[in-house]
Amino acid sequence: MKPSSSRFPDNAAAALANPRLRAALDTLPGGLVAQRRAAVAAVPEFEALREAARAIRDATLDDLASHLEAFETKAISMGSKVHWASDASEACRIVLDICRAARARLVVKGKSMVSEEIGLNAHLEAEGLEVVESDLGEYIIQKRGETPSHIIAPAIHLTEADVAADFRAYHTHLPADRRLDTPQSLVAEARNVLRQKFLAADVGITGANFLVAETGSSIIVTNEGNGDLAQTLPRVHIVVATIDKVVPTLTEAMTLLRVLARSATGQDMTAYTTLATGPRRPGDLDGPEQSHIVLIDNGRSEMLASDMRDALRCIRCGACMNHCPVYNAIGGHAYGWVYPGPIGAVLTPSLLGIVETSHLPNASTFCGSCETVCPVKIPLVSLMRTWRERAKQQRLETWPARALSKLWISTATRPALYHLLARVAVAIGGALGRRKGRFSSLPFARGWLAHRELPAPQGRTFQQLWRETERGVPR
Amino acid sequence: MQAARAGLFVTCLIDLIRPSAGFAAARLIEGAGCTVVVPDRQTCCGQPAYNSGDRSGALALALQTVRAFADCDYVVVPSGSCAAMLKIHYPRLFANADAATQKDVSAFAAKVHELCAFLADVRHIDAVPGRYQGRVTYHDACSGLRELGIKSAPRKLLALVPGVDLNEMSEPEACCGFGGLFAEKYPGISNAIVTRKLDDATAADAGLLLAGDLGCLMNIAGKMSRTGCSVACRHIAEVLAGELSDPPIGRGPAEHP
Ligand code: SF4
Repeated sequence: MKPSSSRFPDNAAAALANPRLRAALDTLPGGLVAQRRAAVAAVPEFEALREAARAIRDATLDDLASHLEAFETKAISMGSKVHWASDASEACRIVLDICRAARARLVVKGKSMVSEEIGLNAHLEAEGLEVVESDLGEYIIQKRGETPSHIIAPAIHLTEADVAADFRAYHTHLPADRRLDTPQSLVAEARNVLRQKFLAADVGITGANFLVAETGSSIIVTNEGNGDLAQTLPRVHIVVATIDKVVPTLTEAMTLLRVLARSATGQDMTAYTTLATGPRRPGDLDGPEQSHIVLIDNGRSEMLASDMRDALRCIRCGACMNHCPVYNAIGGHAYGWVYPGPIGAVLTPSLLGIVETSHLPNASTFCGSCETVCPVKIPLVSLMRTWRERAKQQRLETWPARALSKLWISTATRPALYHLLARVAVAIGGALGRRKGRFSSLPFARGWLAHRELPAPQGRTFQQLWRETERGVPR
Repeated sequence: MQAARAGLFVTCLIDLIRPSAGFAAARLIEGAGCTVVVPDRQTCCGQPAYNSGDRSGALALALQTVRAFADCDYVVVPSGSCAAMLKIHYPRLFANADAATQKDVSAFAAKVHELCAFLADVRHIDAVPGRYQGRVTYHDACSGLRELGIKSAPRKLLALVPGVDLNEMSEPEACCGFGGLFAEKYPGISNAIVTRKLDDATAADAGLLLAGDLGCLMNIAGKMSRTGCSVACRHIAEVLAGELSDPPIGRGPAEHP
């Protein structure tokens, strides 16, 4: 997908002006946020689990190459074919080649963020394949021609009423007077439509929440069971996953799953947790004839060697965005690429470069909520701050902002001058603002004043009063 | 025994906009048995520079602040976010400095306390001069809450004020959308966030909203004035110290009976 992160302010303005989007986002605090809170409260050792999860991810990243090799060896021995892709176009080409070799025409997909990242659907469709998303949220946005606005709830920007209206428009072969007023009825309808696709599909593509080196398996978690069908029914199964997804052992994967589900949806365990280990074996009742795993780098090894390494711990639970006041206000599309919210503000500059994406790490209040909920304790605020430093070094801010901050530092590092200037400014501001106690308009601070008043200074600085009264309380 | 020397780090916003909150803080620190000193070599803690990516500017201000308070036993800060800057981020800024500087900075950081935490958890005060008749609500500003863990201290202190009836908002820990320069750079988003805070404060049915950070308070009070919301805003130190002679934040004398 073509990034629009450089137009973040316009994207955000459009989002803020969209009442339907705001209504959809208003469900977050009482939904995913409240569910996580309840789930975490029910596990007294949750903090210890977070620490364990962080340690597992860190230790794996410390020795990523050997864990990947171990995974590859085991996966091959279980009958999978392992492919390595250094970037998006190579990954797309590999997948296309597999589809062609299998003479495939119809591909069903489970939810996969990396396939969004590499633009897989568009690539396959351009080559004449039919690609059908089978996750309900992904199915809806694919039909709408949109991209996901959240990493675990791709259609969270839509209300149930939006989806019902869409289904009536798309599924014209169904009776017009059918009821579509509950989430269940929507899921049931999508299921029926998709069932035909599952049965007819030649290739199933899924992502992976984890790749287990010990067993050579990929693990996916879903709540709809669509991923299972996508990886068992078609003749060919392709896993697309970035190289940071590997976990050494099943036991460690289980620890990660415990924090993942609770952080993501507040479930103890997602409804389906499915391991895929190679193709169908003699005597198996189902399963694909071929199993392929495409391991994608696409910027990860560069991140691993950089000061953004901590961001690779991410297990894509979405908690950081659910708890982000900025995400809650504008939703995911405004961020302009695949990964929104705080993790997006760190990942997107890492993967696309800071020049076009410098708004993202800057558009944060640094409230720190994301860090307190992240199950693998990624220091998201510090990482965003590092990107702000990069942006500054590359002179990506506007010249007035740069001049002002220089002026501030050169004054504030000269205390005598600073206090003198402060007195003058405060005396003027105090005199002008005395009657109302605030300003409604000024020749500066336009952003601030667009939505709120600026409280006026009391007229003298604290330093001045303190010196005048020789410590103590005047009046 | 000589009273401990507590250096008041005034914060640039209190120095410029609301000295009365600074005097309230000074009175409270004195009441907690300390001698208050206000070094005149202090200006800004460097947080705006630090958070906008200007590390060298932040370093210069940090060094200036550390030196200004060298002879104090405590450094008390009437702002959670400036306190977190001094206590948590200064040592990080100097992580690559020489050993002597690092030692100075970590000794400095150990002396730093946010005002409420200092009064309640370091000095364990059991009385305050202030009194206030009415219902108030308290906004937990982000840095103090999440970086310094300040949650119970302000509430313990408010319980010492005769007449105060604390009614919590449903989300007292929700960010107000200030974020330093964020409010100016991304005004629309900030506005959406502060609007939620206003709704929550209004629902708490309190006449007065308190917080420990003037930045958040200016944001919330500024939005309240713009929308005609009747809830007043003050720094918590003002209520604790009984410094209520100035109008609430962003209000004129006519609105202050
Ligand atoms: S950064 Fe942390 S909270 Fe955000 S999606 Fe990744 S694991 Fe979850």
